[in-house]
Amino acid sequence: MTSQHTGEMPAISYNFAYLDEQTKRMIRRAILKAIAIPGYQVPFAAREMPMPYGWGTGGVQVTAAVLGPDDVLKVIDQGADDTTNAVAIRGFFEKTAGVATTTATTEATLIQTRHRIPETKLSENQILVYQVPIPEPLRFLEPRETETRQLHALEEYGLMHVKLYEDIARHGHIATTYAYPVEVAGRYVMDPSPIPKFDNPKMDDCPALQLFGAGREKRIYAIPPYTTVRSLDFEDHPFKVQRFAKPCALCAATGVYLDEVILDDRGGRMFVCSDTDYCNARQAEGHRGEMAAPVSSSGGAVLPHPTPLPHGEREQGDAPSLTLTARGAPEGAGEGPFGAEIAS
Amino acid sequence: MQTQELARGFVDPVFAAQGVFRAAMWALSRPGRPQELATDLIPPAPLSPEAAALALALCDYETPVFLDAALAAERAVGDFLRFHTGAPIVAEPGQARFAFISNPLNMLEFSEFSQGIPEFPDASVTLILQVASFVDHGFTLEGPGIKGRLGFGAAPLPEHFAARMAANRTLFPRGIDLLLAGAGQVAGLPRSVAVKEG
Ligand SMILES: [Zn+2]
Repeated sequence: MTSQHTGEMPAISYNFAYLDEQTKRMIRRAILKAIAIPGYQVPFAAREMPMPYGWGTGGVQVTAAVLGPDDVLKVIDQGADDTTNAVAIRGFFEKTAGVATTTATTEATLIQTRHRIPETKLSENQILVYQVPIPEPLRFLEPRETETRQLHALEEYGLMHVKLYEDIARHGHIATTYAYPVEVAGRYVMDPSPIPKFDNPKMDDCPALQLFGAGREKRIYAIPPYTTVRSLDFEDHPFKVQRFAKPCALCAATGVYLDEVILDDRGGRMFVCSDTDYCNARQAEGHRGEMAAPVSSSGGAVLPHPTPLPHGEREQGDAPSLTLTARGAPEGAGEGPFGAEIAS
Repeated sequence: MQTQELARGFVDPVFAAQGVFRAAMWALSRPGRPQELATDLIPPAPLSPEAAALALALCDYETPVFLDAALAAERAVGDFLRFHTGAPIVAEPGQARFAFISNPLNMLEFSEFSQGIPEFPDASVTLILQVASFVDHGFTLEGPGIKGRLGFGAAPLPEHFAARMAANRTLFPRGIDLLLAGAGQVAGLPRSVAVKEG
């Protein structure tokens, strides 16, 4: 519901998309420089937003600065449109900007996301806004901001390679499965936010514009359309994405990212698409996985997407309160009964 | 000379600024592909409506503005920009975050403007060049935002344009970014783009 259509004066009147015009201009200038210098983190004077940092205030500020009255907004959290975080942010922009919203990836002009890239291929007229908790890929290796700025300036990324190589020495493969660092347009090493590395290849040569906002650390960065994005790796240990042993139990999709769903207290479980819009669309087209209801003669109602149980996701500085409702996703390589990563 | 009434700003400042920003955003995201930029501004000459719209959308008290000789010669232009944006007009090009060039043919060298520093390459100027027309040939563009290669041209442009852009590209990630404001359109040439003759 939007305040525009109620026919009553709203109780509080907002600036369009909440932010004042001066703040939008400042963020817009940062976005333009971020696009001109792919992968470089532009500092900006982040504003307090009416939600805690872990709720993606950086992404929300980027969206607020970009959004126009003709946009169609989709908000996803871990691939789902119906989690608390996604519903809250979508409601925020419905209320403050009165924009149309959708859950369909293909209908959206602007998609704000936390932790996933949609399975449906994005198009040239779309903008993907990522919520970023920690923008600096070198932060865990070098805590001093002045030092990391120097390292980026000198294109000195040896530390990052050492860290990945230590993984190989310890585990026999690169154990990083989330926020897997990438090199953008052959220059800056960038943190893609805590998306599974499964999604990294989708950033490469993507027709859509990708914008990243970190509220707490006050950084904006970008990947223009059709830009080379390479996941860091080694010649003898090439980058590999997670693979899942079985197709989605509801829509039979393969080559997509799956979540585990606990079915009962006797250890029953199934694996379903993390991207609920993708899964629902496939079911509507008649695709049926092994746990899906049989197709009815009337063309088949879409099976309601089950909510997976949370399972203690590492939050990487994001709001711990969100774990209560966040859809879970596998954390470590080969952890538990999840689709095993194909090790070389 | 009579006192001129100050030309008005955006009729609908919130949505006009958003629309102009989006045009500039897509222009820099898709180098060499002119984006539609509609505006109802009637700024004092020789400031063009499209350049004025970019100024009102992007400039404010935080962004020192430089005007080329032809724009600086018309007092009404500076008054218009100061009144509607609050931006300080500076005489020293190296201090500017935005520079408006009404006559690209004899513009200053890029090196006269701020090109950022290695740790903060974003602390650089954005040049807004007023052009009359865009074409799809003359130069070949490659780089982020371009699928493969793209033919591009605009007139008027500074002489030795490809050489200037090549020199700018070698500074990367430092460098200047260009927005070319034409009739009802804006095209972007960010520092990341490689520009070749032909
Ligand atoms: Zn599915």
